Amino acid sequence: MQLDANVPGGPIESKWDKHRFELKLVNPANKRKFTIIVVGTGLAGASASASLAELGYQVKTFCIQDSPRRAHSIAAQGGINAAKNYQNDGDSIRRLFYDTVKGGDFRSREANVYRLAQVSNTIIDQCVAQGVPFAREYGGLLANRSFGGAQVSRTFYARGQTGQQLLLGAYSALSRQVALKKVQLYTRRDMLDLVMADGKARGIVVRNLINGEIESYSADAVILATGGYGNVFYLSTNAMASNVSASFSAYKKGACFANPCFTQIHPTCIPVHGDYQSKLTLMSESLRNDGRVWVPKKPGDKRKPEDIPESERDYYLENKYPSFGNLVPRDVASRNAKEQCDQGKGVGETGYAVYLDFKDAIKRDGQDVIMRKYGNLFDMYQRITDDDPYKTAMMIYPASHYTMGGLWVDYNLMSTIEGLFVLGEANFSDHGANRLGASALMQGLADGYFIIPYTIGGYLAGTKLNAISTDHADFKSSESAVKSKIRTLLSTNGKRTANDFHRELGTIMWDYCGMARNNDGLKIALSKIQNLKGEFVENVKVSGIDKEFNQNLENAGRVSDFLSFGELMVEDALARQESCGGHFNEGFQTEENEARRDDENFSHVAAWAYQGEGKPPVLHKEPLSFENVKLSQRSYK
Amino acid sequence: MSTGDGMEKKINLTLKVWRQKGPDKKGKIETYRAEDISTDMSFLEMIDVVNEKLVLEGGDPISFDHDCREGICGMCGAVVNGRAHGPSKGTTLCQLHMRHFSDGDTVVIEPFRSRAFKLVKDLVVDRSAFDKIIQAGGYVSVNTGGVPDANAIPIPQEKADLAMDAAQCIGCGACVASCPNASAMLFVSAKVSQLALLPQGRAEAPTRVINMVKEMDNQLFGNCSNERECEAECPKSISIVNIARLNREFIKAGLLSNEK
Repeated sequence: MQLDANVPGGPIESKWDKHRFELKLVNPANKRKFTIIVVGTGLAGASASASLAELGYQVKTFCIQDSPRRAHSIAAQGGINAAKNYQNDGDSIRRLFYDTVKGGDFRSREANVYRLAQVSNTIIDQCVAQGVPFAREYGGLLANRSFGGAQVSRTFYARGQTGQQLLLGAYSALSRQVALKKVQLYTRRDMLDLVMADGKARGIVVRNLINGEIESYSADAVILATGGYGNVFYLSTNAMASNVSASFSAYKKGACFANPCFTQIHPTCIPVHGDYQSKLTLMSESLRNDGRVWVPKKPGDKRKPEDIPESERDYYLENKYPSFGNLVPRDVASRNAKEQCDQGKGVGETGYAVYLDFKDAIKRDGQDVIMRKYGNLFDMYQRITDDDPYKTAMMIYPASHYTMGGLWVDYNLMSTIEGLFVLGEANFSDHGANRLGASALMQGLADGYFIIPYTIGGYLAGTKLNAISTDHADFKSSESAVKSKIRTLLSTNGKRTANDFHRELGTIMWDYCGMARNNDGLKIALSKIQNLKGEFVENVKVSGIDKEFNQNLENAGRVSDFLSFGELMVEDALARQESCGGHFNEGFQTEENEARRDDENFSHVAAWAYQGEGKPPVLHKEPLSFENVKLSQRSYK
Repeated sequence: MSTGDGMEKKINLTLKVWRQKGPDKKGKIETYRAEDISTDMSFLEMIDVVNEKLVLEGGDPISFDHDCREGICGMCGAVVNGRAHGPSKGTTLCQLHMRHFSDGDTVVIEPFRSRAFKLVKDLVVDRSAFDKIIQAGGYVSVNTGGVPDANAIPIPQEKADLAMDAAQCIGCGACVASCPNASAMLFVSAKVSQLALLPQGRAEAPTRVINMVKEMDNQLFGNCSNERECEAECPKSISIVNIARLNREFIKAGLLSNEK
């Protein structure tokens, strides 16, 4: 298979303009003849649903929660980037583009990233027009703050709940279209299969989570905006229901999965405590604007943080990276925290934590100012840990947070399956091997509001599509495959819960395919996952029946896909014999322990094609060429 | 991964949980033991432990809604010992930790009850009535594209802050569950307030308030009689000042608008 990214020619600044002009248009009267399925109602899915319905398409929108307002974008805390340059501090589209490509350790597609930076400004305009209450200065203009990997203040925010406010904005736009009957909303539906006809994506099969019925829906194109696969680690900052199943079903139908080993371990999360723990909680990266990260200089120092004098503290990020300090990109911050803990300098009961200290910021700005900026985060920290971060240093440790890998898409956001488009975290294209803070919200909304409305029109106008109904044989065979998988899960009647398998998978992934990897470990992981998968088939216990509200069954299906996906992720990590961004293979590092890329051999997107159960997937490579940024060893010193 | 945390304690509890197979089935309280519960666990992790045991014993695990488990998605919620989201102020059920309970406690867990929230199973209820209310006007009618620059209209910081206070609503339904009238007034007023406070939302303020209140009635929510239970139990501490603002908007709209 030849992967064609369909990047338009010409200078990077004018590619998107040129492309928009060249894309065929669907005339307004014809738009209502097309039906588009959107799966997922996070920032990407909700904004796409609303925007497409506004244009006149018939939209069917699906989500797993009881309301589209609950998608996991809602949990994003810190902010959203845009190249507005409102602060007059030297920002520009080109700088945002450059920071994002560099932050991604030169493993993203230049043209996509440039377009992302170009549309970033209109996103802020759009959100303000919707009534998103962004933080403002006394004069009434919008406020900004800084995030990791950038030396300008370009992040817009709504206290520590930016994702919530942006999602509620997109949800309100979606709700308006639901009221206008342009969007048909299907809540509590779990996508279990993608349906193809004549080689094109033409529908989906879902399980109605209320009554367990298997339902089919047809359309002229399918959009997946189903988020990332961070829960492959079991413990992550993702919501409990976040899963890979929708993407994985598309992969099994022929959509290539790109760079699955590029996962982001976020440096500032509340450390793990206890075996019963079900999820981890992020503390926004914005805290690194004012908080200082440190560990005691002496390994095993058990004194309380406030009792350790300045001279005995190691502010390791500030010391090692004087120009970016505490605001180095996430992968760098995470790896350094791990390094300190591996040297025995970690703090807290487990020794797997570092301090994030606001003592100096409170002294400088006063508690009021810090409270206004981060109040809700401090409250959350206190609720979970029972410690007061106004009085004592917070403890943080990295946790699985975001996945840069995802289904492969071209410049039009179309996967290797015709008519299947993938938006937001579910695709792979913009963040390379590491995403910068406040860029996920930007990408989700860029894809949904400002990219897919154009590119899907080009596809629909230029493609011959036969009428199709859910009576089509391809729907029937998908339905029966899905039903048989459910029957198998329910009838196995083994001795271990799906959750228990998930936890073990998570430990394997974290230990061998987490913040640092090596070839031996990855091989061990592969065999461990294969064994676990085998045991799952024989020994899983799922309660209840199929035709009812059955959360245990929902979860078992997701865990089964995570097991297969985990294998793919490890395969990808093994195939990429270099280090870059979040993929840190210990065998490839610089003398200063930074990731050492191999641009000669690995400057490509690794796109995996499914070959059938039990057969090894085939690797296709999309070469990455960099014409507008100079490839260099990332340095944040 | 485990800790030997000296502060952590283990407690045993008796749970009295509302079990109901479906909306038309008869429900009842069942009793379960929750044993060896770490006080560092969240309330939902405690139920996870009970459920894992139930699954292995061939029983039917307790259904409950939950997703983000960090207090922002609004998916979780149950009435614990008579209080929506349990005993801690300004806290969702997923953020309630077991250190607020003592060894030997009996904990009664029931769903959010309201005529407008049809029961799905056990502790799970259908809150789509909230979506219907938002669909009736909880938005600014702008299409994607063609909007002015974000800084074109300055908004006083104080107004933006008040709008943000209201916008924090997570749509969990605790206000309805706590209200003797099962009114959704706090929920409706939060959205009405947020948009009425901002210049972007002013254009539609009169029709919005009238349509949203009308839809609240259509969805069989009760009316507000200033009981203030909603404010007391709201996990995001949304103030009833918003209800006062809704009432002002409603009167203004009634006087000035043709919509009745």
